[in-house]
Amino acid sequence: MFSLNFTHFIVLLKKEFDIEFRQKTALNGILLFVLSTVFVSYLAFQKIIQPNVWNALFWIILLFGSIITTSKSFLSEQKGRMLYNYWLYNPRQVIMSKIVYNSFLLTIVSFLTLFLFTIFIGNIVQDLSTFSLILVLSSCGFSSILTLMSGISVKAGGSFTLTAILSFPLTFPLLLVVIKVSKFAIDGLAFSVSVQYLLVLILINVIVTTLSYLLFPYLWSD
Amino acid sequence: MMVLYTIISGFLLPVPRLAILNETIRSLYFHVPIWFAMMTLMGISVFNSMMYLGNSKIKSDIVAVQSAHVGMIFSVLGILTGMLWAKYTWGTWWTTDTKLNGVAITFLIYTAYFILRNSIEDDQKKARISAIYNVFAFVMMVVFVMILPRMNASLHPGNGGNPAFGKFDLDNTMRMVFYPACIAWILMGVWIMQLRVRMDVLTKKLLYDENV
Repeated sequence: MFSLNFTHFIVLLKKEFDIEFRQKTALNGILLFVLSTVFVSYLAFQKIIQPNVWNALFWIILLFGSIITTSKSFLSEQKGRMLYNYWLYNPRQVIMSKIVYNSFLLTIVSFLTLFLFTIFIGNIVQDLSTFSLILVLSSCGFSSILTLMSGISVKAGGSFTLTAILSFPLTFPLLLVVIKVSKFAIDGLAFSVSVQYLLVLILINVIVTTLSYLLFPYLWSD
Repeated sequence: MMVLYTIISGFLLPVPRLAILNETIRSLYFHVPIWFAMMTLMGISVFNSMMYLGNSKIKSDIVAVQSAHVGMIFSVLGILTGMLWAKYTWGTWWTTDTKLNGVAITFLIYTAYFILRNSIEDDQKKARISAIYNVFAFVMMVVFVMILPRMNASLHPGNGGNPAFGKFDLDNTMRMVFYPACIAWILMGVWIMQLRVRMDVLTKKLLYDENV
C-alpha cells in the first residue's frame, strides 16, 4: 500500500515538473522579477557593504520572490484537472508533491538571487556554506507555508493580494530567525554560534510541514 | 445561564476598584491577565476551528470567529496597557522587543484571518477555509509568542536578567488580587464571547431561518 502511494507521489511530482517545463512562463517570470528587483537595488545602492542593509534587502527580495513563485502552484491547475486529481490521488500526496516541488523551485530561486547579488551588489557573505544551508532550509520552510496559503487563497477565489496578506504574518517567525542566522553567516561567525538557530529553523520547518500535511485534506474536500 | 453571568460580572467588580491607584506595578493586574485572557480566547477559537473541521457544525464556526474577535479586542487592550506601562518604566511607548514584535504579528495574523473571512461569500466554505487558516495561524503565533522570546533577550520583567515580578510581589496581597484578576479577565472575555455568539446565532435564526 505504501509503495503504491509512493508511486503516486512520484507521479505527481513528475507532473509538476512537466507542467513547469511545458509552460515556461512561470519560471521565466520569476527570473525576470528577481533580475529586475536586484537591478533596481543596484541602481539605487550601487555596491552595498553594510551587512545589515545587504541582509535586509536580500531577504525582502527573496520573500517577495517566494510568494510570487508559490502563488502559481494552485492557480495553474485547471478546474477539470483538480477534480481528476481529487478522484485519483490522496490529498496528502498532492500537498507533499507540491511542497517538495516548491522547495526545489525556491532553492533555485534563492541561489539565483544570491548569484545576481554577487554580480551586481556584491557578495559580502563570509561563510558561504552556512549561508547555503540557510537558503535550503528557508526554502523548505517558505514552501510549506506558502503552498498551503496559495491553496487557501485559490479556494477563497482570491487574488495574488490575498496570498500575500495571508502569508506575510505567517512567514515572520521563520523570516526573523533566518535573518538573524544569516547575519551570523555574513559576519563569518563560527558555525557553533549558528547551530542553535539552525535547529530552531529545522523545528519551524517540521512544524509548518506537519501542519500543511494535516490541514490540506480539509481544504481539498469541496 | 443569566444567573451564571451575573455571578461572573459580580466577580469582576472588586478587581478594578482595588486597582485604581497610580503605581505602575498595578499594571500587573491588567496587562498580564489581559494577555492570559487573550491566549485563552485564541485557544477557544482554535479549538472550535478544529471542532468545525471535524463536525462541520456552523455553531463551532461562530464560536471560533467570535472568540477571535474578542481576543483581538483584548490584544489591543493588552498593547495599550503595555504601552502605558512602558512609557513610565522604559520611557518610551514602543520599543524593539521580541514580545512586542510577537504581539504586533499576532495582530496582523488575526487581521488577515478576518480579511480572509470577508473575502469568501459561501458560509460553509468561509467557515472551513478560515478554520484551516486559524489552526495554522495559531500554531505560528504560539511559535512566535512562546518560543522566539526564549531565544532573544527581552526587556520584559523575568526575561534577560530583569527581575521578575515574582521576586517582589511575594507579599500575599498582590497575589490575592493577581490570581482573581486573571480568572476574572478570562471569564469576562469568555462572557463577552458568549454574548456575541448568542447574538450571532439569533441573527442567523431570524434573518436566514437557519437552524444552528
